[in-house]
Amino acid sequence: MAQPAQKASALRHTPLYALHLEMGARMAPFAGYEMPIHYPLGVLKEHLHTRIAAGLFDVSHMGQIALRPRSGSVADAAEALERIVPADVLGLAPGRQRYAFFTNSRGGIIDDLMIGQCGEYLALIVNASRKDVDGRHLHDALSDAYTVDVLEDRALLALQGPTAEAVLLRLAPSSASMRFMDIRPASVAGASCVVSRSGYTGEDGFEISIPARDAEKVARALLADKAVTLVGLGARDSLRTEAGLCLYGCDIDESTTPVEATLDWAIPKIRRDGGARTGNFPGADVVLEQLARGAPRCRVGLKPRGRTPVRAGVLLYADASASQSVGTVTSGTFGPSAAGPVAMGYVPRALSVPDTLLFADVRGNRLPVEVTQLPYVPHRYKRT
Amino acid sequence: MLKFTSEHEWVRIEGDAARVGITQHAQEQLGDLVFVELPEVGKRFEKGAASAVVESVKAASEVYAPVGGEVVQANSAIVADPSLVNSDPMGAGWFYKLKLTDPSEVDALMDEAAYKELLG
Repeated sequence: MAQPAQKASALRHTPLYALHLEMGARMAPFAGYEMPIHYPLGVLKEHLHTRIAAGLFDVSHMGQIALRPRSGSVADAAEALERIVPADVLGLAPGRQRYAFFTNSRGGIIDDLMIGQCGEYLALIVNASRKDVDGRHLHDALSDAYTVDVLEDRALLALQGPTAEAVLLRLAPSSASMRFMDIRPASVAGASCVVSRSGYTGEDGFEISIPARDAEKVARALLADKAVTLVGLGARDSLRTEAGLCLYGCDIDESTTPVEATLDWAIPKIRRDGGARTGNFPGADVVLEQLARGAPRCRVGLKPRGRTPVRAGVLLYADASASQSVGTVTSGTFGPSAAGPVAMGYVPRALSVPDTLLFADVRGNRLPVEVTQLPYVPHRYKRT
Repeated sequence: MLKFTSEHEWVRIEGDAARVGITQHAQEQLGDLVFVELPEVGKRFEKGAASAVVESVKAASEVYAPVGGEVVQANSAIVADPSLVNSDPMGAGWFYKLKLTDPSEVDALMDEAAYKELLG
């Protein structure tokens, strides 16, 4: 049970660090930050609470980037961002947000991100572990069209769960009229925030970007509601795994394409073959070819038949005695809401059909797992 | 006689056998357990061998054999309900019982005072 030693001094803190310590969080290094893994309630109960009420997550480690068009017109500059993301940025209406990814020349994923159309600027949310890479990439690719501003003075809170709406309604009445993937400025507990209706748990909920100096005030105002409990990164991981959502560095990286990752739904028709703005992003040849003909492998849900959790890195085999593996588990945990082990990973396309039986090698035992459709727990986004 | 290891297992000597479990400190560190894998009766371990697996939502951890011996009993109750290890680690949450290969191995383990000192 020994933890690898890491210099605490080298780790960064979010604006809510003192609050985490006060709340008894177990802290650990994550993507260069000292982050709360869980609170005294524990991962299991934090997870379940988020599914029945509301969980509050500090995700301030994530990168918040403002792209401000040099021309002054977001519409004029949208096509510049489309040079590096296969998304419809031009068609993104003010007040709307979209999931997208930066691709490399091989069609691999440099990072996945959210793009919010905030009127005078585009608000990007990127992964903590890729902040620096993304910042350089944006500077190199887009400096002609945008000023790239990595916002270091803002916190990010996620409020997730079926009662998130009722909780936020009391502090920011205008938020109730938002639907999934809306984004807009809002005053929350007196702080000037940018609120989006989105998240990483599969539940309805909000992400709230807050000036760092107001972060603790907003967090305490949310926590004053009995429905809300703090949730750490441990439960964030089990929640997103049940929801079938990718974690950068585990399920997707520079060697996986969006088509292999079954994220092709995020590539709109207008950027595909026959679309008005087809291709013209890094690796478009690979991605468009895979969209047309299928990828050689793809990400699938892997449901273990037994009770043993099957975790990231576990190799998959086509039968109980095969010596050559056919795939790898990229995320796996015990799903508290699924009430059993849940996993996902990559398999050859021929083995990606639901109900295909595969074997996972866990500590030398070949355990049966079934290819299954994701998610394990239905998404409950407020789409209408 | 109750003994402890630096890996946070406890051993209760019962004649020529030893009952084995994990300590209160260990269960606190692990958090809510969701899965336990126990050795089968008849399995033999050397001292220090990986003998059982416990998993929380977050991670899997090995439980090492504190002494060498042959498994004569395994506590299937904790397989059916891993939370027993959290709620009663020194009692109903025991793991397995070993017939000792070499009873003198017990002498090298810590007594309760020494273990408490280790926890600080």
